Amino acid sequence: MENLTWTGSLGTILYPTLLAAAGLFAIAVVLQILTSLVVEPYRAQTLPDGRLSRRGGAIGLIERAPQYLLWALILVVLGYLVGGVVAPYGKAGIVGAISKQLTPVWIALVLTYAASIRYKRRLGLYGKLFDSTVGMIGFGIVMFWVYTAFFSSVGGMIATHDPLSQVSGLKNKLPGTAVPNATDFAMGAHYLLGGDNLARDVFSRMVLGSWEVVKIAPLATMFAFMVGITLGVPAGYYGGKLDTVLSFLANLILAFPVILLFYLLVTPEIVLTGIPSYMAAVLFLFPVLFATVFLNARFRTDPMKRNVILGVVVGAMVWAYLSLISQPGTVMNFLPAALDLFNIPPGILVVFVSVVFVNSPTVFRIVRGLTLDLSTRDYVAAAQTRGEGPWYIMLWEILPNARGPLIVDFCLRIGYTTILLGTLGFFGLGLPPESPDWGSTINEGRKLLSIYPHPALPPALALLSLVLGLNLLADGLREESLRD
Amino acid sequence: MGLFVLRRFGVMILTALCLTFVVFVLTNLEPNLEKLAKTQGNARMSDEQVETWLSNRGYHRPVAVKYGEWLGVLPGYVIEGTDGETRGRCLRGGVDPADAARFCGILQGDWGFSTVFKEDVWKIVLTRLGQTAKLMGWVMAVMVPSSLIIGVLAGMREGSKLDRSLSTVSIVTTATPEYVSGVIFITVFASSAVGLKWFNGSATSAMEDITFLNFTLPVMTVALYGMGYIARMTRASMTEVMTAQYIRTARLKGVSFRNIVLKHALRNALIAPLTTQLISDIGYVFLNPRIRIS
Amino acid sequence: MTEDTPILDIDRLSISFFTRLREIPAVMDFSAKIMPGEALGLVGESGCGKSTVALGVMQDLGVNGRIVGGSIKFKGRDLCTMSAEELRDVRGSEIAMIYQEPMASLNPAMKIGRQLMEVPMIHEGIGEKEAYARALEVVTDVKLPDPERILKSYPHQLSGGQQQRIVIAMALMSKPALLILDEPTTALDVTVEAAVVQLVKDLGKKYGTSMLFISHNLGLVLETCDRICVMYSGEAVERGSIEDVFDKMRHPYTQALFRSIPLPGADKNARPLVAIPGNFPLPHERPNGCNFGPRCDYFEAGRCDQGVIAMSLIEGDDRHQTRCLRYEEIDWDAKIEAGETKAKAAVGEVVLKMDNLKKYYEVSANALFGGGHTKVVKANETLSFEARESETLAIVGESGCGKSTFAKVLMGLETATDGKILLDNREIQGTAINDRDTGTVADIQMVFQNPFDTLNPSMTVGRQIIRALEIFGIGKSDAERKARMLELLDLVKLPRAFAERMPRQLSGGQKQRVGIARAFAGGARIVVADEPVSALDVSVQAAVTDLLMEIQRKEKTTLLFISHDLSIVRYLSDRVMVMYLGHVVEIGTTDQVFSPPYHPYTEALLSAVPIADTKVEKKHIVLEGDIPSAMNPPPGCPFQTRCRWKSKVAGGLCEREVPPLLTLAEGHEIKCHLAEAELRGMEPVITIAAE
Repeated sequence: MENLTWTGSLGTILYPTLLAAAGLFAIAVVLQILTSLVVEPYRAQTLPDGRLSRRGGAIGLIERAPQYLLWALILVVLGYLVGGVVAPYGKAGIVGAISKQLTPVWIALVLTYAASIRYKRRLGLYGKLFDSTVGMIGFGIVMFWVYTAFFSSVGGMIATHDPLSQVSGLKNKLPGTAVPNATDFAMGAHYLLGGDNLARDVFSRMVLGSWEVVKIAPLATMFAFMVGITLGVPAGYYGGKLDTVLSFLANLILAFPVILLFYLLVTPEIVLTGIPSYMAAVLFLFPVLFATVFLNARFRTDPMKRNVILGVVVGAMVWAYLSLISQPGTVMNFLPAALDLFNIPPGILVVFVSVVFVNSPTVFRIVRGLTLDLSTRDYVAAAQTRGEGPWYIMLWEILPNARGPLIVDFCLRIGYTTILLGTLGFFGLGLPPESPDWGSTINEGRKLLSIYPHPALPPALALLSLVLGLNLLADGLREESLRD
Repeated sequence: MGLFVLRRFGVMILTALCLTFVVFVLTNLEPNLEKLAKTQGNARMSDEQVETWLSNRGYHRPVAVKYGEWLGVLPGYVIEGTDGETRGRCLRGGVDPADAARFCGILQGDWGFSTVFKEDVWKIVLTRLGQTAKLMGWVMAVMVPSSLIIGVLAGMREGSKLDRSLSTVSIVTTATPEYVSGVIFITVFASSAVGLKWFNGSATSAMEDITFLNFTLPVMTVALYGMGYIARMTRASMTEVMTAQYIRTARLKGVSFRNIVLKHALRNALIAPLTTQLISDIGYVFLNPRIRIS
Repeated sequence: MTEDTPILDIDRLSISFFTRLREIPAVMDFSAKIMPGEALGLVGESGCGKSTVALGVMQDLGVNGRIVGGSIKFKGRDLCTMSAEELRDVRGSEIAMIYQEPMASLNPAMKIGRQLMEVPMIHEGIGEKEAYARALEVVTDVKLPDPERILKSYPHQLSGGQQQRIVIAMALMSKPALLILDEPTTALDVTVEAAVVQLVKDLGKKYGTSMLFISHNLGLVLETCDRICVMYSGEAVERGSIEDVFDKMRHPYTQALFRSIPLPGADKNARPLVAIPGNFPLPHERPNGCNFGPRCDYFEAGRCDQGVIAMSLIEGDDRHQTRCLRYEEIDWDAKIEAGETKAKAAVGEVVLKMDNLKKYYEVSANALFGGGHTKVVKANETLSFEARESETLAIVGESGCGKSTFAKVLMGLETATDGKILLDNREIQGTAINDRDTGTVADIQMVFQNPFDTLNPSMTVGRQIIRALEIFGIGKSDAERKARMLELLDLVKLPRAFAERMPRQLSGGQKQRVGIARAFAGGARIVVADEPVSALDVSVQAAVTDLLMEIQRKEKTTLLFISHDLSIVRYLSDRVMVMYLGHVVEIGTTDQVFSPPYHPYTEALLSAVPIADTKVEKKHIVLEGDIPSAMNPPPGCPFQTRCRWKSKVAGGLCEREVPPLLTLAEGHEIKCHLAEAELRGMEPVITIAAE
């Protein structure tokens, strides 16, 4: 088995094109920006046939060139990816082989986009996302990682090797190195992105690392939102002492250097005292509280109905809550095993708690600000004048109207949580050291970075792209929700 | 105004007190003390020995009292230990108990003695603070002007190509935490295998002697992450100002675009990012531990 | 340039806005001419494109707007083909513009003087000294006190009226040939508005400036302009001289507009207003042919809905044109078909009684920095009145007069400081809303001012009404409540299908109807209507007002109608209470209040309200200065700082003592120090010339 080159035979045609397009594009963009600073903006006139006049001459060309070059660039990249899927294994080099491995992701992405664009007018804010280029790009990147995480961990596809298995002789080997004794053309014939300093496959570790993020970040962000909302809405609505105290606490947590907080929470000595477990017990209580108050406010006028609904929903939530906080081997272990629905590895729980704890004050501040603004509206006054209780006004009149900014912030915050998880991994806190999560992998690769950059670079770029995708998605959502 | 500043100052002190207290409590938890005893005394101490070791050194008293002593509002402890030796908070370095000061907390300038670095904490803090200040001074000097310029240029014509390009740059930087940009920078600029080999990737040498070569990368890394945030904030503020009525008034007065931006928009647009963000940012930058590359 | 070339000549102008989905035509086939020294009024409802015309003239349509046809010639030069540089030279020096929000039009971070001096410095290249002298002169011209201090201050240090005067001064700095005013007084109080309008008129004459005056208020246009152009849904439908259009209108829309506004002759029982049926068409849903066709009484199928309808010149009048095919056939002088004359409902028992109600607030003098000494704001001072069943009591006053505070205390959102509120002889002044029983809460309900804010945007219309029913404990089951909700929709004349709609799918008038339905859900006996129609368009106002009246007659409701619009108050109320800075200065039946003797403030208020009727003659009383802040009221009589009768009271009594309530006739009380003889000797402010 031969080692793979980066682009194989595809590169002979596409590589020069790529270089040329990228170079020209960069020049064109700079040129265009420079001219826009000097030349007055063009005032388009309507021509008699209804079309708009365009600026001609050199300046007109400069204004339009980047657009064409960008399209050329996209086409070349697509050529690499499609070529890799279509061409036989090995012919299209490392890029092609990776693209082939990712085939299920491509299919899922194409299906998602086709369906969404087809029905976008019926899908509300999600559908409107497909009107904004930025939003579409962001959504694409995010979904790429979600699908990758899902297919690689649950589906067992994509990854070429076990993330923990070591193959002797591949320690710190460069990308595209063939695995000795592997059968020809089979899965796992190469270390596509090389091997790390324990001779494990970098590509597989990066792909599986995405699952670590996808399974923790959104859920942790959601809990942070629950906490932030349950405290932020009353703080904004009532104001006064409650607001002062809660705001002070929020600022206090925000004043903590994140790393110091993590060190304090995650060190084994503190885990032993049970502080993270107690914090989990408090933080996870918020969703239950929220649901109870939320439903009670709505169905207060009809006690029969309320009791039934509350009984079912809150009952289920309380059970889930109890199973969540009750862990064998920690200070909180009171539920008999038969009733305990699930157990979470203690490391993950600690990480989860610290991330929720760090995120919720910011959510609190945003929610509080939104509430302050919305509570001056007439419909709030109307609810007050018909004698509604404060919780109904807060949760049914104010909160639903704050959803736009909250959804946007949710996306941003998942990105921030991803960065936090990376930080935790980077400092070797919480997650087990052999875990393939991106932060830990970057940390490991960092040690020999000057000599062997290839083990650290892929997870770094992966993390960068996911967070970038989430930021772009948030930008798209913000833009679209402000329209109309 | 004076009152306002005073209140702010009060809140700040209160925050600092709460912060230090929480850290103090957490580090004084039982398992941490046990670890301390074992690292300081003898790793193979029995539980009983640990107990006596700790109580001889005054660790087994209420946390509030210990915190008070550390602050310097309560008199330092003097304990005649079970081993016959008299130890006290203010008795370090063989001072006679009779001459020793009663209070010796941070208020009295006694920041304690680091058992790890074998040096006074005050000195450690001072040198660390000096290094941090140097790094952060450069970071601020790079980050603030460049991010404000990017934000203003992007925000002055919303939706223009310039705006799109600069917004992309600032979004990318906000998506790049220090440990990612560090990896990328080292690979590109400092790696001995590939890349340009312009700079020195290790900042440890910068501790003693700061040069352009070894200091550029750390500054860039730290500055980049914060830059995106400030730039995006400035841009948001600038676009909002540019759609304000008074900008339209200025335009309809016949003011040129240049002067609209420079005379009318700039001051209003910079109020928000400068007052709210920068102040908290300075705090952020200083509190965040320095990210040393390699 | 001779006297004959128009200053502004707009010829067949069309402007469109482009969205991702479609092109939205905002202005179509619009022509207008303004001669030197002439003032043209541009009138229409919101969304008719009148502001777009102004921005088109300024060539400032934003990224999405574009001129798609026609030309705009300013002194013979086409503005559309000018380069950006040429445009800059024209803007500010030759054409100046003033618009709605004075606070927003001034740069908050720049001193007033700088902002003013900038104009001549850019356009005439003069030095700072000269520019400063010019600024001082113009600020003196707009009658601002202490001009030098004003030039040194920042915008937020001035009151709303002063800011608008500065904006006017800024527009006049370079002595422009054309001044465009886009709703310049909408954000101001009536008495302040009157003063600003007077100023604009005087200065226009002094500087010889031509004006394009954009407004939704026909009365204002009558007072300021020589010619008028009425717009409807992007088109000019009628234009001509003020006299022609006001007295001999030749377009059905103009006619309908005049019939829907409460002029002094209208009466809610004998001669009700005629609302224009239907809704304003959305820009992309305009009908074929005449845009007004679907709402027009004279619509003729097969003729009015075909092709493009052009403007036609009316013979004999001065440049009077109409966009109506049938203008020659219609009998324009026919009397309004008298709708059924409704019998006035008998006024019943006293339901609500206020007795010396007082509401004081404590605010810290320096809110930002906290602490310090607190100040007492007297929002309501000794308020006493009675309201009976089926009666409409109007509460009139400008901003800061305490009418909203009064509503809050009545509703129980605040508790009274002193005095009594008696509902059916039960005291409720000290009970906050959450402690009131459901019956009391359901009895007193409120209709809010801003239709865009009154409904929760994320709940369906039906759900919001049902929630009110749930809270008031009406209906035993969900089905019963749903049925009741549909009945309520019927009551406010909305289709039942609206139950499933979200508020954003409704127009302003429809939202206000839902608000009314919600208020009546619990069978309210007292409804506080806080300026319920002031944010609506003229043609919709009449419909909503009529609806309120009709429900009132049916349900025998006591209506407390809070408003600053005296025309509508005169039209619908039985009794009127005039408030100023927390005090009731006059109370009486509508006739008593609207005819002499007046309280001096009532007199000024009546004179300030513009009336769109050429036959009405008004006495001009312009009040000096602004309304004092409620935080810092003047000593003695609250009105003494602006009163023109003050000199008639001996010994400076007005500055020392709050006047007592003087009973002039049965139920007519005035709070004034003037001798009774003086009061009785007052002349009426409004006289209607005999036909």
